Amino acid sequence: MAMITYREALNQAMREEMHRDARVFLMGEEVGFYQGAYKVSKGLLDEFGPLRVLDTPITELGFTGLGVGAAMAGLRPIVEMMTFNFSILALDQIVNSAAKMLYMSGGQLPVPMVIRGPGGAGHQLAAQHSQALESWFCHVPGLKVVMPSTPADAKGLLKSAVRDNNTVVCIESEVLYGTRGEVPEGEHLVPLGLAEVKRSGRDATVIAHSKMVHVALDAATALAKEGIEIEVVDPRTLRPLDTETIFNSVRKTNRVVIVEEGWPYCGVGAQISDTIQLHTFDYLDAPILRVTGLDVPMPYAKNLEHMCLPDQARVIDAVHRVLYRTN
Amino acid sequence: MEHSDTATSAAHSTEAQGNGASTLTQVDRARRTDPAVLKDLLEKMLLVRRFEEKSAELYTLGKIGGFCHLYIGQEAVGVGAISTLSPDDYILCSYREHGHALVRGLDPGEIMAELCGKKSGVSKGKGGSMHLFDKTKGFMGGHGIVGGQIPLATGFAFASKYLKQHAVTLCFFGEAAVNIGSFHESLNLAALWKLPVVYICENNRFGMGTPVERASSLYDLSGKACAYNMARAYVDGMDVLAMRELVMEAVERARGDNAPMLIEARTYRFMGHSMSDPVHGHYRTKAEVEEQKRHDPIKMFTSTLETLGVINHDDVAELDKKVREIVEDAVAFSERSEEPDPMEIDTDVYTS
Ligand SMILES: Cc1ncc(C[n+]2csc(CCOP(=O)(O)OP(=O)(O)O)c2C)c(N)n1
Repeated sequence: MAMITYREALNQAMREEMHRDARVFLMGEEVGFYQGAYKVSKGLLDEFGPLRVLDTPITELGFTGLGVGAAMAGLRPIVEMMTFNFSILALDQIVNSAAKMLYMSGGQLPVPMVIRGPGGAGHQLAAQHSQALESWFCHVPGLKVVMPSTPADAKGLLKSAVRDNNTVVCIESEVLYGTRGEVPEGEHLVPLGLAEVKRSGRDATVIAHSKMVHVALDAATALAKEGIEIEVVDPRTLRPLDTETIFNSVRKTNRVVIVEEGWPYCGVGAQISDTIQLHTFDYLDAPILRVTGLDVPMPYAKNLEHMCLPDQARVIDAVHRVLYRTN
Repeated sequence: MEHSDTATSAAHSTEAQGNGASTLTQVDRARRTDPAVLKDLLEKMLLVRRFEEKSAELYTLGKIGGFCHLYIGQEAVGVGAISTLSPDDYILCSYREHGHALVRGLDPGEIMAELCGKKSGVSKGKGGSMHLFDKTKGFMGGHGIVGGQIPLATGFAFASKYLKQHAVTLCFFGEAAVNIGSFHESLNLAALWKLPVVYICENNRFGMGTPVERASSLYDLSGKACAYNMARAYVDGMDVLAMRELVMEAVERARGDNAPMLIEARTYRFMGHSMSDPVHGHYRTKAEVEEQKRHDPIKMFTSTLETLGVINHDDVAELDKKVREIVEDAVAFSERSEEPDPMEIDTDVYTS
């Protein structure tokens, strides 16, 4: 297996899918000549030319809507958001057009499109450029939402997303682009809607996605030294959620902590928590705890920013509490 | 027709200049048009009128629900424009789209069934009045967010160019939509990427209760295209032939040169904004509506055709009888149809 970065994995996924299917094209700000704001699309313009790798004006609503129309007409667009902060400008087309077209048309018009780009907190980017908005997309029936945490998942999920006949929102992690990991050679697909146990353990289940998987894994290493073995479950796809993998873990550990970078109120973890209590209530030995971003806009100052984001210490604390080991 | 500078901001009335500076009358245009085409245009306008009158009736009876926006008064725009298209072309509309759907040849019974929320409706009863779709006819909706269909239409045009299919996309919207961001973003993209799309702004003078002059800083609406270096023109949207001739040129240019265009069709809505809005009230007087009805596109066209002897009074009565029967059959079809199966509630959310 090759060791490549998360960024290269995404690049490979797009390159391979564009070779496989001539209807696939990439569109977004700076994706062509500039090689991508985060260099995810490096080399694609040279390889596929300007009809299939399109630099757009700064027009999120317009080019996302154009992508929806193109998908309705039979193409398979990959629309890059420079970052998901700017997807807010495209929400009308994502929610009112992409997600609902199949339903409103009585099943006539699927919208096979991928909307991808980096999301989550950056480093000292302040309130408007540092936020985790996945729960917004997860809320909408008709959308699928994936959030890879490793290079292998990044490649496999993006390839599956491009082949899916629905609109898939793929939120990458800005701070994981440079991380390395093993990615299987050749055709590597990760099915949508399939979670992965990133570390197994018997004492408590920690559910985390995207960058928070790594926070949870670090916490697991530290907790192991105390003799506490946590199981880290990465849903990978937030909608549709692989509840079976989650329930199996809960039935084994009986204790759950859910970690997410986003705000607590109506967050993804709130939904997962509800699903768990509804279906595996009798297996729970402690209330489900959530570790989330703080309920404030992201501050700029380093110390304040640090306070906002879930970290290893907060995850460890939550695990102690679900195990009733607090002192 | 390129950047028709003759369209001045001062000139605005529905009976004003035809295609840009053209002084041709409807009679002139009719003389150079195939009589079979003329009769067909009249029949289609009548069909839309009678269908919409029936929709109003069914709405009042509670058989049609929700928001229901009628096309009465604006028939010449949709009929003239859509008469220029080939079967492979695309049409996208706002929520005021019953007429466009009928003209495009969607089954009247299936349209009526959709309005009544029946499973035999064009969108299986899941869309309703504002969301009519028929993929097989290139009729891509029925969109409820003002301006929402404009980027989508631009995307259809992009796909045609990408796939080298030579289809043209017609995109219809109201004059209030020229103020929304999606309109501007789309026009820029279409001009920048040279996409085969014709944007048709149906200026019926009001966005709900707001007259255009209280909503747009620019009165000569097609002038918005100038900012994007796009061809533009305005036309008397009450004249089905002026409409048809202008759109025909625009469609040819779009098909041949991938050149987009913005057309402002000056028209008037004879009904309220939707069925829940009175015909006149706070924002316009009864007298104004009555005055505008003197330019009824169907009456005008009928008299043109009678003047030229293309049809006589009996022919008109005959046509009217024919379309009334189509409408009655559509209603009967809808009445016979069942409501959607409850099992359909969560189908079509995702596809495999
Ligand atoms: C973005 C948005 N804002 C508000 C509305 C509510 N609304 C529906 S139609 C309408 C007026 C639109 O007028 P116009 O675009 O001129 O089209 P017309 O109804 O006259 O055909 C408004 C305000 C909406 N559907 N979408």
